[in-house]
Amino acid sequence: MENNRQYDNRRYVLGGAAVLIIIVYLIRLFTLQLMSDDFKRNADSNAFLKRIQFPARGVISDRNGKLLVYNQPAYDIMIVMSEIAGIDTLDLCESLGITRDWFDRRMVEIKDRYRNPGYSSYTQQIFMSQLSAEEFSSFQEKLFRFPGFYIIKHSIRQYATSNGAHILGDVGEVGPADIEADDYYRSGDYIGKLGVERSYEKQLRGEKGVEILLRDARGRIKGKYQDGKFDRAPIPGKNLTLSIDAELQALGERLMKNKLGSIVAIEPSTGEVLCMVSSPTYDPRIMVGRQRGKNNQILSADPYKPLLNRAIMGQYPPGSTFKTSQALTFLQEGIITPETSYSCSHGFHFGRLTVGCHGHPSPLPLIPAIGTSCNGYFCWGLYHMFGNRKKYPNVQTAMNTWRNYMVSMGFGYPLGIDLPGEKRGMIPNAEYYDKYLHGSWNGLTVISISIGQGEVNLTPLQIANLGATIANRGYYITPHVVKGVQGEKLDTTYTTKHYTMVSPENYEIVVSGMRRAVEGGTCHSANNPWYEVCGKTGTAQNRGHDHSVFMGFAPKDKPQIAVAVYVENGGWGATYGVPIGALIMEKYINGTLSPESEAKAEAFENRTISYGSGQR
Amino acid sequence: MVAGRGKRQSIFRSVDWLTIIIYIALLGLGWMSVCGASYDFEQGTNLIDFSSRTGMQIVWIATSLLLALFILGIDERYFDTFSYVLYIAFMALLFATPFLAHNIKGSMSWIKIGSFSIQPAEFAKFATALCVAKYMGSHDFNINKWWHFLLACILILLPMVLIILQRETGSALVYTAFFLMFYREGMPGSILFAGISAVIYFVVGVRFEQDPLWGLKAVSLGKFCVLLIILLFTVGMMRTYTTLLTPILRILGYGLGLTLSVLLFAKYVIPFDITWVQLAICIATIGYLFYLAVKQRMVRYAYIALFALGSLTLYYSVDYVMDHVMQPHQQTRIRVLLGMEDDPRGAGYNVIQAKIAIGSGGLRGKGFLNGTQTKLKYVPEQDTDFIFCTVGEEEGFLGCTIVLLLFLALILRLIHLAVRQPYASGRIYGYCVLSIFLFHVFINVGMVLGLTPVIGIPLPFFSYGGSSLWGFTMLLFIFLRMDAGRNRFVHNR
Repeated sequence: MENNRQYDNRRYVLGGAAVLIIIVYLIRLFTLQLMSDDFKRNADSNAFLKRIQFPARGVISDRNGKLLVYNQPAYDIMIVMSEIAGIDTLDLCESLGITRDWFDRRMVEIKDRYRNPGYSSYTQQIFMSQLSAEEFSSFQEKLFRFPGFYIIKHSIRQYATSNGAHILGDVGEVGPADIEADDYYRSGDYIGKLGVERSYEKQLRGEKGVEILLRDARGRIKGKYQDGKFDRAPIPGKNLTLSIDAELQALGERLMKNKLGSIVAIEPSTGEVLCMVSSPTYDPRIMVGRQRGKNNQILSADPYKPLLNRAIMGQYPPGSTFKTSQALTFLQEGIITPETSYSCSHGFHFGRLTVGCHGHPSPLPLIPAIGTSCNGYFCWGLYHMFGNRKKYPNVQTAMNTWRNYMVSMGFGYPLGIDLPGEKRGMIPNAEYYDKYLHGSWNGLTVISISIGQGEVNLTPLQIANLGATIANRGYYITPHVVKGVQGEKLDTTYTTKHYTMVSPENYEIVVSGMRRAVEGGTCHSANNPWYEVCGKTGTAQNRGHDHSVFMGFAPKDKPQIAVAVYVENGGWGATYGVPIGALIMEKYINGTLSPESEAKAEAFENRTISYGSGQR
Repeated sequence: MVAGRGKRQSIFRSVDWLTIIIYIALLGLGWMSVCGASYDFEQGTNLIDFSSRTGMQIVWIATSLLLALFILGIDERYFDTFSYVLYIAFMALLFATPFLAHNIKGSMSWIKIGSFSIQPAEFAKFATALCVAKYMGSHDFNINKWWHFLLACILILLPMVLIILQRETGSALVYTAFFLMFYREGMPGSILFAGISAVIYFVVGVRFEQDPLWGLKAVSLGKFCVLLIILLFTVGMMRTYTTLLTPILRILGYGLGLTLSVLLFAKYVIPFDITWVQLAICIATIGYLFYLAVKQRMVRYAYIALFALGSLTLYYSVDYVMDHVMQPHQQTRIRVLLGMEDDPRGAGYNVIQAKIAIGSGGLRGKGFLNGTQTKLKYVPEQDTDFIFCTVGEEEGFLGCTIVLLLFLALILRLIHLAVRQPYASGRIYGYCVLSIFLFHVFINVGMVLGLTPVIGIPLPFFSYGGSSLWGFTMLLFIFLRMDAGRNRFVHNR
């Protein structure tokens, strides 16, 4: 067959087929390797296990360095299904304090790929999470007997005392919205939910580290990628120092026991919040670990709303404490002078309109009017201001001028405290009345705003801030509960002075009035031999029993503390507000309570205001 | 051996060094790939540890080179002399293998000798090639005499059957590569075409049977494609073997036009199984062809009609046999062969992982030993059948191109060498060698790229293992030795 050359050209068919195959394969390789990144990404998610390394969360201490919130180890028990063999289930359940039934159910849950999409029998799955050291200790001793069980240690928050829940807040697992808002978080991470834990989340959380591990086809870890060249160590969170005085806070919470309401104390010169009590409160220690969900639900369902921070979220009529702001406005606007006297015959009477007042000599100039908290005086003041057509072309202009004074004192808008959820209160303006009273209104229609009733609402924080502003004779620094963040300068928001529209001389007059109230007026029970207290009571009317309010500061010169007390349905300002405020000031200024005061404090601790169900 | 000193020099001067260079280049790249694929994290980067696969591959490469030298030293006439003996010996060994073998993953093809295992099927290729080359190279052989052709076929089918008995279907299928050589030696092209057509009907039909066409649930993609291919093949044959243009255009125009319109009708108006219309078109075409045969008095039309009829019959009987005759486990085996079912992790797991590994390589690859997918064992059989993944991942598109072009160069070079053989037996052996290489590269790289069915056969010079490396080395170097002696044959006459 040597002459079989007639088919020689068929070699081109074979060669052509080979060329064609290689070309097709090269095109295929081109599309696989160069046209798309999908395979690369797929390969990375296959092979790289990015193990997150969690940083320690910053700790929180009070203004005197007392540790309030710190970290405590907690334990997750992990399970690798393919490795458990021949374990004594009964023994296991006993040492973990679980029932056989629970164990069986949990095993089914873990293996259910619908509920646990990341399930693999070769990798660690969570069996139980967040066991405390006590719950865990008996299991740890026997761990060697349970192959396939592993421990992951991490930390949970722990609180030194039961106080300050609303300020400290808590941490909980992130929700879908948190993950959406910030891609720092992954499912299962923890985030501050309330209080400074939430508002200082970014500083407290630190920076997660990452360890890039190589994972083989069966999910086993085979080592570090490039010997850890691309790993990142976690950066611990920053520690916080609160402006809160833990002892003062504890006293405040004691005094408010079994009452609804709030105490806010501020250091006037710095705007630092010394204590912030909202009652009822709760023990922050119950909001930790596995019980958090359950307890959170119980607290949410409580009709007295213990989760509500009344100090910044409660919006109340300020009552007579508001008269100080009116006096300042009228003086600055030239409506009155300190010598101006208005008559008051058991109240303000104009036609059919009457605003009642208690019995006192009449007529009175300003300082005694503040001292006795005369309603008539301030009604007349507002009446003359809103009716002054020489100064203001119409009532709307007068109204908005008034409003601007109020806003300059920190009312009507959130003050900007470093806690989440602060409310703005309510200061009406001309447009508001035009809309709701259809334009037909005048000074008389809105007369009750002059005595802190009607449409006016303030938060207890705003009332305390009013005290601080008067103590400072005309300015305030935005109140804040965090005094310092480790390694950071305090935000200028919390160092800037905000001046009101009223001059310091006029403040001195009001200070004298508040001093008069303590010396011989409504607040005389706050008087003491150690330092000069200035104060103003309030008895805020509302649908039910009156609220008892106190706003004051001490000492009169070089003030150290301004305080606001708001006791819901407490009656006269002098009944609850004044004595509680006096005790807070004494504790802070003297560092301790005198024996008589201590007895008084105990009496107040035990006094209960009963609230009908369905209120607040 | 018997050659003197002077003659040995002449052999080394006349041997084809280009092929040897390609061979050594492929061996080197192959070793790098095995290093990447069998990298073990616990052992780190000690590449010449002889207890590991990388170290062992060095042993296999070294012994292969010695084997190559040895073959080049043999007088090429011995191959001719002993070819029948070798064939008989290896067939006996293949026959005995299942009785001596120990079971490796269901395969009964490995014989244990000491601490090593060898796979006789890898060596039977060169013995079969030598035997077929000698038989077909003899003076009185005529491929167009059916009994000559039948005997040549039997020489090939015997090892196939014996290997199938060892449950190594993939290795057995390699022997179909010999039909490429038959084609070169004068087997009618229509036989090759019919054979390839049958494979296409089978693969396309079964592989895509369950997939819907263009979102139409009633229409099987596989069936639609096969019927369309039958029509197109028929037209193609008419174009090749007949001269009249009108009937071709008529069938093409009516057939495709009708198919397209019913497809659109089914898609947008009323969905129905349009393959019945396609079947009708095919039957009408067959009738038309018989009519032409009578009218034009051309028997070729009848042959083409028979081809189309045979195609339809084959396809529908495959369909029927798959669904109604075969046992479920046999169906599974065929599906596995076609890459429709793989391992317990679900359909196509290793093909998907192979694509991920290759696709993640990019242009330049991740670098030697830096492939994560292969190192972490994401691809099953990655150092044997799926070794090309490592090339793709670590050496990238550039590396793959180099490897594929080296294989292409090898095959084209072997064609060149085969053509220059003075004797038919040498030429036939050469075509056997290049056909086998072509088949291995086609199937192996194709399955890694997800283009051909998953048939477990090694990639020459790349896949880990001594048997395949030795087998390919012997296959290649026997031909190089023949080629080196080509001039002496002519002179000695």
